[in-house]
This record gives sequence, structure tokens and C-alpha cells, in this order.
Amino acid sequence: MDVQRKLEILADAAKYDASCASSGTEKRDSSDGKGMGSTAPGMGICHSYAPDGRCISLLKVLLTNACNYDCLYCVNRASSNVPRARFTIDEVVKLTLDFYRRNYIEGLFLSSGIIRSPDYTMEQVVGVARKLREDHHFRGYIHLKTIPEADDALIAEAGKYADRLSINIEMPEATSLQQFAPEKDVRAIRRTMGRLRLKLDEAEEARRAKTRTRPHRFAPAGQSTQMIVGADSANDHTILHTSANLYGSYRLRRVYYSAFSPIPDASRALPLVRPPLLREHRLYQADWLMRFYGFDVGEIVDDSAMLPLDIDPKLAWALRHRDRFPLDVNSASREELLRVPGFGTKAVERIIATRRTTTIRLSDLARLHVPKHKALPFIVLSDHQPSPHRLDEARLIERFKPKATQLGFGF
Amino acid sequence: MQYITLDTETDFDGWRKAARTLVLHHMAPADVTWAVQGGEAELFAPPAPSPILEVNEGTFSVSAKFIELAKAAILHRDGERFAILYRLLWRLKDNHDLIEVATDTDVALVTAMARAVHRDEHKMHAFVRFREIGRERAAHYVAWFEPEHHIVELAAPFFARRFADMPWSILTPDLCAHWDGHALSFTPGVSKNEAPSEDRLEETWRRYYASIFNPARLKVKAMQAEMPKKYWRNLPEASIIKPLIEDAERMTGAMIANAPTDPHKPQKRPEASMTRKHAANVLDALREEAAHCRACPLYKDATQTVFGEGPKSATIMLVGEQPGDKEDLAGRPFVGPAGQMLDRALEEAGVDRKKVYVTNAVKHFKFVPRGKIRLHQKPNTSEIRACRQWYEREVSVIQPDLVVAMGATAAQSVFGKITPIGKTRGRLIDLADGRKALVTVHPSYLLRLPDPEAKVQEYQRFVEDLTIAAGVQKKSAHAA
Repeated sequence: MDVQRKLEILADAAKYDASCASSGTEKRDSSDGKGMGSTAPGMGICHSYAPDGRCISLLKVLLTNACNYDCLYCVNRASSNVPRARFTIDEVVKLTLDFYRRNYIEGLFLSSGIIRSPDYTMEQVVGVARKLREDHHFRGYIHLKTIPEADDALIAEAGKYADRLSINIEMPEATSLQQFAPEKDVRAIRRTMGRLRLKLDEAEEARRAKTRTRPHRFAPAGQSTQMIVGADSANDHTILHTSANLYGSYRLRRVYYSAFSPIPDASRALPLVRPPLLREHRLYQADWLMRFYGFDVGEIVDDSAMLPLDIDPKLAWALRHRDRFPLDVNSASREELLRVPGFGTKAVERIIATRRTTTIRLSDLARLHVPKHKALPFIVLSDHQPSPHRLDEARLIERFKPKATQLGFGF
Repeated sequence: MQYITLDTETDFDGWRKAARTLVLHHMAPADVTWAVQGGEAELFAPPAPSPILEVNEGTFSVSAKFIELAKAAILHRDGERFAILYRLLWRLKDNHDLIEVATDTDVALVTAMARAVHRDEHKMHAFVRFREIGRERAAHYVAWFEPEHHIVELAAPFFARRFADMPWSILTPDLCAHWDGHALSFTPGVSKNEAPSEDRLEETWRRYYASIFNPARLKVKAMQAEMPKKYWRNLPEASIIKPLIEDAERMTGAMIANAPTDPHKPQKRPEASMTRKHAANVLDALREEAAHCRACPLYKDATQTVFGEGPKSATIMLVGEQPGDKEDLAGRPFVGPAGQMLDRALEEAGVDRKKVYVTNAVKHFKFVPRGKIRLHQKPNTSEIRACRQWYEREVSVIQPDLVVAMGATAAQSVFGKITPIGKTRGRLIDLADGRKALVTVHPSYLLRLPDPEAKVQEYQRFVEDLTIAAGVQKKSAHAA
């Protein structure tokens, strides 16, 4: 099989992993004249976008899509009839360097099906990173999938070469993981996430200590995970509760939500419908509210409930807490402003800087990049006061729902 | 009217010098006209540029934020940018805080210009595609790019840092950047014909692009928002976007409609290495059993069961409340800050740490997540009760002479009922099974004390309590 055909199979096998981030790592470049590559300061770089709207930042492939496990939701499960392929370590290294040199990618995201044993698989994955870093002095971004239960020495080596490590939690609940992925063990996954965090903390402390000896390096872009949404019956509260737990327990940089999408040769046990993309989007919004807007899971969604699909979770919260509004934009605290529908973190910073010098008026909202339509019922400005009845109106929600479109009289 | 002619479209230093002189001469923005050498002639421009004003005495300062914004905004293609920047500078000299007013028209305008320039720079970093000329050691990499703004000089250093080991050129209609492995250089703009039209890797790249795309999640608008069509003509992968979109519906439909096929081969099972190891002794067996405990709901949110640790021959058993954050991650008791304090106190009290078995009354970490941290929660009575079986079984295996209960939760587990610490601490108490018990505080209580003086005092009391344990240990060793 030629490398191009392998690439097709092994990229196709990798595309259900949503992460493609190349951000948040240490600053590196090759200006010392040795090797090639650099990292983008701050945010990563998306070198292309596929028609699914997803960023293409890394060469995202599996080392092999042969797998011992039979996880029902997975395109690579042992019982699937998809064609199988396996890259050699050198093939992946060469592809990465060839693509990188042409500025197609920021680096490599390497994962693998489990073959032989967790340690053997992890050793192969680490082997690619080792070769890129040690033999070719590659300074670009590397994201490695960590195999739960892999030996500690292998994990330490993975962290030495990689910018980011990840282990997918896969399902929001242990019970569904047991049902859909009988060979996977949520305890082993969490234990390994815990091991990663201890190593991340250790490297962080060493960096802060500022000793003369170079601190031992461990995945400067941290760890992330992914949850599949819509394959099992877990509700949004359960999903977000799990996320909050993972963020708190293992200091994850990101939890990715991946709407379960039809795969070639799918299992009978799973819902073969269009992926719930809107639900996925609402979960990301809720996730942002937890991480950057000071919301708790319990505030965003009630026990065993779902997020509304027609309006965003912050607006839904505001409509449930109308007694807290309207809020005076010229005097409210940062925490309060962050809870106004339509106010993003950057808009809030701009508002706070601006109001030190001048008062904010209705006509200023556009320059602050605040969507007027969404925010107006909830705020007071020096020349705007929402009608006192408006917030009490039961019909207020109608204002925000997407306009119903007539289905038409096609003939 | 004052006419100023700058050397190039990106001549920030020239603009800065001129603007400075103009401000010191109190030249109002309306009285200044800006142009670039060799640019379109100003309709009413005088035949020769006006004489350069002499630099006045005196000085004024502007914020670093303005300089930063101006350096970017001056690269914008808008012909009015020099005048807009001068107008803002003119207004800033008497009102420094103006730059923070995001709602001001000029500030908003300049900010938007700077943002557009940085976005264009970012997109250049992303969408430049090098094509190889020659092979191996003689290879040279050449790209053709059409930037929206005057950003070639701004964006080029990024490529020099990234591709330091290969000679490359980025050709654009405005300006070309070159890197020879040592230094950056710039030459005038060229036409697209000068650039190579293909590369041997492009077909492979297109195959990758097609394979990483998930047709079941078609979101064309989201793609175009980040990768506008104006960039497509220089992206090798763009030629297959249309066919991929057209085919997406059919492919998704087929995946949904196709019945799953029967697997070709019997399903492989994971290897023996993944099955559970056989326990070597009774304590390990107990530990293994506890790893799967679901007697209370705490197992759900915790990482793992944190079982006791120490030699089977231990004569003293220390019981704490529950594992903390670090213990939960490591799977071992007393490895966090409280554990370090405990170790120190044991040493001072003369207890031989190697002959001590340490465990907790509750073996899963109880917490609530708060952002990036976990807040410790006190276990309740039903959780303590549910976990007590493990403590009892540990006691029956270890057979310690003395059990030290550290804190109220431990005391509740050891005595089987709520036991206040204050009244019981610091003396040996007989247990029903003939063993002795000693009650003291939990080391994390000492960590939480805010008053340094109280901390020292309480620590001393803690060590005194442990000295009693040291006495028992010595007696046991003597008897053995």
C-alpha cells in the first residue's frame, strides 16, 4: 500500500477527534539554525479549514487503525469492516516534515488503535515524537494521545517530547462507557489523567522555582479530553457535571464535545442520525460560561435537564433571573457585566476601561461589539432604560428565538 | 496647508518624525496632507513638497498603547490612515486617557485598522504555501501570496524563525521577502508568473484535506468565515472544496442508509496483560477489592480508592479523615501537604515512620469542583459508615497495638460513634477488642490555622500526642 493510500485511511480514522488546537504552548523557534519549526505565540494557527467548518492545524493521523478494542461508537473498532493500514514511524516523520516545510501544518497530532498492549502502542507513538525531536530537531507542535495504563516511564517520555497530551474520557458516564466500550476502564482513564496532572504540576513548580538547571519538561500545553455527545442517553447536566469535575480534578485545558456522527459501517446499537451539532454548540457555550464567566453547572442547567436549543445558555439563565436586571452598564461590577446576554469577556474589559473616562450610551454599543438586540432588555445606559414591563413579559423569550421560516408552497 | 511625503507605504518612522514636528508646530490635522513617495499625486499638491518644519524645542509624550496601535494601523491599505493617525495623536496630546475610550470614533477606527492588519498578518502566517524548487540540499522554497494590507515586512520574521534551515522566498505584488538561511531581505513586488505553479506534495495534501473532512458535519459558512474565498486562489486544497461539498449529502445519506455489515473476522480480545493481576498477599487482595468499592456514591467523582499503606507488621495504625487532592491523584495516603506535616511531627515525636500503617476513615476524596481546583468536603455519617468495613478489615489484617485517630472523622470511625476530640485527645483509651486508641487532631487542621502563634502551639500539642504513640511503639518493639 502506498503512503498516500495509508494517509487517506489513517486520516479518515482520526477525524472523529475534534481537537486540532496548536495553542498555549511554550515559545520555541529554530533561529539557532538547528532543525526546523516554531510555535505560534499565544494562539495557534489554523492553516486551513475543511467544509465541516473545522480548523486544520495539525497533521492528524493514527499510527494504525487496527485495534484490539471493540468500542461501538468508534470507526476503528475491532469488528468494523473499514480498511486497515499502519504507518511506519519513518513514514509519519517524513509526512510531518514534508507538510510542515510547505507551511500546510503547525505540527502533528498522533493517536493510535491499541495493538498488542498499551505499552507497546504507547512506545510506537512516542517513537515518532522522539525521532522528530531528537533526530530532526523538529520545533513544531506535537500532540500525542496517551494510552491509559501505559507505563510511567513512557508517559514521562511522551511529555518530554509533546506539547499536549490527551486521553479521551469518551462517555459522560461510567455506565455508558461500560456499555459501549467494554474494554475501556473509566478508572484507568482517570488514574492516568491524575498521573498526568501530577507530572504537569511538578514541571510547573520546577519552572516557577527558577533554578539554574533546566527544568524537566512535561507537556507545556497541558492535557485535554473529549466526550462524545448523543451516542448515549446522558443529559446535558450530566455532561457538564462531568466536565466541571474533569476541569477541577485534572486541570484540563479543554474538554472537547464531539457530536456523535454517522460513521461508515456503523454498529446497530447506536443512533444513526445526523449529528446533534446545535446541541454540541450549546455545550461549548455552557463550557465557556463555566470557565470564563464564573457560572456553576447548577446555574446553567437544572439536575437531569437539557440546555435549551433555541437560545444560548447565558440568555436562558438571564431569562430565569430577571429580578437581577436591568443592570446599569455604567456602574455594575465586572462579575455582573459578565452575566449580561451578549456581553463577551472582551466587551466587558472594553466597557470597564471606557467608563473610567466617559459614560456609555446607546450609540456606543456597536463600537463595543455588543449585539444590541440581545442586550437591550437587560441593561440601563445613560440614554436607555428598558420599559419596566418588558422584563416581566412572558413573551420576552420570543424576541430571541430564531425567526420561524415559512416552509413554502413548493410546486 | 502642510504637505508631508513619506518614503514608503510602511514608513512608520517617517510618519512619527513628521507628526511629532507638526504637533510641536501646532499644525491642526485639517491643515496637513499626507502622501507617499511615488504614490498617486495629490490633485492640489504643490510642485515641490513644502519645506520641512524646523523641530521646535519642547516635548510631549504619548502612551505606549498608541504607538503599538499606530505601528499596526499604518500598514493598513486605507489611504487616509496617516491623516487619521495624526488626528488621533493631535487629540491625545491633551487627553492621554482618550486611548482607553473604546467608544471614541477615532480610537475605534484606529483599533479596527490595527485589528484588520493583525488578522491579515495571521492569515498570511496560515495561508502561505511554499512550493519546492530543486530537490534535497539544493531545494529552495517559494510561495506566492496576495496580502490585503502592507504586511510583508511585518509577517516575514515569523517565517525566518520557523524555517531557519531552508532558503525561501515569499513573492507578493507589493514586496517580496527572502531568507537565505542567515538574513532577511526584501525586493520589489512581482507578478504571479514569477512563482512556481505546483509542488510534488500537493496531491498528497489534497488527499489529506479530503480525508480529514467529515461530510456528516457540513458547515460551509463556518469555513468561509475563517477562510474567505479571496484566499482560495492561492491554496492548493481549495480546488476540491466544491466537489467535497457537493458530495457530502450523498456520502452522509449512504452512511445512514447502509445497514451495518457483519464483521469479517472474529473480534480480537485484549491480551492477558490487561487482566487483573493476582494479589500476592492478603493486604494486596484487600486493596484490590477496595479499588472497586461502590458502597457510597463518592467513588463516582473521585479518581480512585486511596487505600492504606505500610508494613503488615506495623504496630501503630494512623487513621486520617480522607484523601485530599494530591492523594486522590497519586492513589497513596498522606502524600500531600498534610502528609509532609505528619512526617515531620512523627519524626520529632520519635515514631519510627517505617513501622507505621497509615490509612483514612473514608477512602475516596469528597470535593466540589471550583474552576481549576477542588474544594474539600467533610464526609457525612453515612459515608463514614459505608467505608468503615475497610478500616475494620485493615485492623484485622495489621493487628496494630495502637490506633491513632486524627480528627473527628477518624475518631467516629475508630470508636463507631461521634466522638469529640477535645475531651478525648492526648491519652490512651481502651478499645473493646483489647487494642489501645489515641485521639488527636488532623494535621490539615494545623495547616488551616491562620494565626502563626496558634499554629506553633497546636503543632507542639500534636507532637506531644504523637510522643505517646512513640512510647507504645517502643514498648511493642521491646515485647516482640
